[in-house]
Amino acid sequence: MNKQVDLKNKRIIASNHVALGTKNKKGQTYSDINDIFYNSEQTPNFLTGSEVIREAVKRASVGTSVAYPITPQSEAAALIGELYAEGYVDEYFRGESEFAVMGQCAGAAFGGHRVMTTTAGPGTLRAMENFPMWAGSRLPIEVVVTCRGINSPLSIQPDTLEMYYLLETGMMVWHAETAQDLYDFILKGFIVAEQPDVHIPIAVCCDGFFVTHTKDTVDLSPVEKCLTPYDPYKAPVPCMDMETVPIRMMRDPFVMKSNYISYATHASWQQEVKAAMERSRKHTIPLLDGLIDEENTDREILIIGSGTAVSQSREAIRLLEEEGVKVGLIKIKTIRPFPTEEIREATKNAKHIFVPEFNVAGWLAREVKAILPNNERVYVGPHVAGGMTMPSEVIVEQIKKHLGMKTVPMVAR
Amino acid sequence: MSRMNIRISGLGGQGAVTAAHLLAMAANNDKKFSISNPFFGAEKRGAPAESYCRIGSERIYDRGELVFPDVIMVFHPQVITMQKSYTAPFYSGVKENGLVIINTSADLLSDEDHKILEDLNVAVLNHDATKLALEVGKTELSTNMAMIGACMGVTNIVSLKAMEVALQDRFGKKYVASGGTATLDEAIKKKYAKKEQLLKANMDTIIKGHEIGKEWAKTKDLQLVEV
Repeated sequence: MNKQVDLKNKRIIASNHVALGTKNKKGQTYSDINDIFYNSEQTPNFLTGSEVIREAVKRASVGTSVAYPITPQSEAAALIGELYAEGYVDEYFRGESEFAVMGQCAGAAFGGHRVMTTTAGPGTLRAMENFPMWAGSRLPIEVVVTCRGINSPLSIQPDTLEMYYLLETGMMVWHAETAQDLYDFILKGFIVAEQPDVHIPIAVCCDGFFVTHTKDTVDLSPVEKCLTPYDPYKAPVPCMDMETVPIRMMRDPFVMKSNYISYATHASWQQEVKAAMERSRKHTIPLLDGLIDEENTDREILIIGSGTAVSQSREAIRLLEEEGVKVGLIKIKTIRPFPTEEIREATKNAKHIFVPEFNVAGWLAREVKAILPNNERVYVGPHVAGGMTMPSEVIVEQIKKHLGMKTVPMVAR
Repeated sequence: MSRMNIRISGLGGQGAVTAAHLLAMAANNDKKFSISNPFFGAEKRGAPAESYCRIGSERIYDRGELVFPDVIMVFHPQVITMQKSYTAPFYSGVKENGLVIINTSADLLSDEDHKILEDLNVAVLNHDATKLALEVGKTELSTNMAMIGACMGVTNIVSLKAMEVALQDRFGKKYVASGGTATLDEAIKKKYAKKEQLLKANMDTIIKGHEIGKEWAKTKDLQLVEV
């Protein structure tokens, strides 16, 4: 069983895997996540997001990774292939489509491997049927989603609409702002997803290109230390194939029917998946230092965002500050589970709340509005969609406009 | 807080993305803060491709299309003559006291363009980078190096030493890139018997471009951002 340890006043789940402290075939030492992140020197590197995915996977003791090319995750998938060739990943192959890939991932996870894959945009949607299947089967697979446009007209640029579709799959959904977040989330995501009381899949999302193809400074943990392997005996349910209880998918006819027993089965099981998601909070909070980050949330004007919308907001806040407008910031790190209590608390004194987003639906604004009292405080926007950039000047302009301040239109500059 | 925003407009295959990455890597080597990212569609060689490099004295969060650049580099005349850029005109959003470097042997700007840029006190350097690349690097694939060099010479944004280290990082080691970039990497490596020769030819092109940029800057009263 996992035990909780006290570290820097944080309570973080530590590993006591049997392999802890021993070396793998590449000479890396199987290490506890605390050791990797908090007791080791982190070295700055200047890398693209794709390279950061490689660096994280290199330290993640991944059993199986299945690849299928789609921009902007193709480079990352190819780099994981390099890791396989070098011996850092046990199994790696190319699927026939994203749908096939996610099914193959399920098979490998049922078989007891730590499984990760990457996808993006249309690929995420093509694979969609598998995500609730993973969650219902309690498979702690990690998929790195490098968000891009999903709709026609075609775009390969970042758009977070696909995350909206992931919200009710039963997967944890985390949203990285920077390459640093991406590195941390990939490694820490495995730890949370594989806890016996959680044991559900996780989507570690980032904005394609703005993170994957952007060169940025990232602190990396030592390459000599890797995560302890996945321990399939910690699964809270038996391998859910066609033959094994509790859900013998095809064997037990009641599951497939529309009667009270089938209702009860589904209701209880789906609630259990949601409960597992809730239980992930206590592991995530110490590892990510909270589900949200706050900056100056005592201010009357706040921006709430996730992903690179937060980065653009940071620049906008700097520009507004120069004009004497003081704005606070809430960065949401986990979209599922949603940091309801945290956001309620942090927005207590806010009079105006802006939610900038890289998608046409404004799903994050809906999520925020759904949990806040006096939600007329929430201004839905600014939005860009279809892969458009959101210059910080646009955020500044919309905030000033909404507050009735004078603005210079972008086109006049 | 100071920051220089560099926007590079070129055609797919010219190395605009590599140029931005190299500038950012060099700035990082110079202990400045930098971030670079590409911007292109699902296109191929010859289609518009842009890249952006932001270099500053403090941590940079801004990313994505660079709407308000201090420096614009045009890698190919068609960016202007055939409107192969993501903004129209190509200098849209350029900041006051900015700089435009165009890879061309002739003046491609209309009287109106000149007037607008003059009013903004934006200096324009017509720099025949492809010719320089053919002369020094012996291949037009070094055009991006000739452009980087000129930009460095005019702006002093990164040091030659830091750029040499960045070049070594990018071309000296194994580098995994997307299909198109990998093909071009192979093409340019085949032009030289040894990797060292490739690195030297690129660095020589940068140094020559640097000299041209430096000399030109001396003749101008530039008020560029300094980082």
